[in-house]
Amino acid sequence: MNGVHSVADVIAMACLLLGALLCLTAGLGLLRFPDVLSRMHAGTKPQAVGVLLIMVGSALRLAGSSVVWMLLLVAVFQLITAPVSAHMIGRIAYRRRHVRRDRMLVDELGSGAGRPGGPQGDEPADGDARRGR
Amino acid sequence: MTVVSVLVFAMLGGGVLLALLRLGLGPSLLDRVVATDALLVIISAGLAVYAALTRNPTVVPVLVVVSLLGFVGSVSVARYIGGMLSDTADDDRRADPVPEVRP
Repeated sequence: MNGVHSVADVIAMACLLLGALLCLTAGLGLLRFPDVLSRMHAGTKPQAVGVLLIMVGSALRLAGSSVVWMLLLVAVFQLITAPVSAHMIGRIAYRRRHVRRDRMLVDELGSGAGRPGGPQGDEPADGDARRGR
Repeated sequence: MTVVSVLVFAMLGGGVLLALLRLGLGPSLLDRVVATDALLVIISAGLAVYAALTRNPTVVPVLVVVSLLGFVGSVSVARYIGGMLSDTADDDRRADPVPEVRP
């Protein structure tokens, strides 16, 4: 088939391996981390660095073809849209109390102890710990 | 070459399996959204790896479509949950009356 012929192919293989390793770590982090924000931290690794590495590897392998600009388009699009969706998911997660506030070091959005009412989300991540504060 | 392809696809498959596990287990809707997002990114990475390893550029337009779909899906589900939030009243009311624009 298409073997490894040049230095560019070796670099492309290294990029593909690194990107796939990032995808595996994203799966591991999604499974093992405790709440939504830390799962987002793990799950968005392949969205930026992993996709960039894999696109660089693919562009090196497909160099000279006319689809390299499309790979560049995918990479740029990921870089633009990943912060937008992460911002929206993080904001909704904070408002619906899916965030474990006992694991936070700094809570810049919190307004202190005077928040009225208990948790009202569907699955509060720290139900009783917050109510007792 | 073969070793690299086996390794890469094994790692991508492991990532997909773990993300699917989180998609099934996830206690809340947002966990599932995050898992679906990661899943679509890993799928597009797998398509790109296939295109790179076989030097076959025909799947690259599918890549653009998949990445677009991932963004639109996660944003629309996040907005849907935000709409549910504005129905269930004062989840984000602050102590001081800051005028606030809800999504």
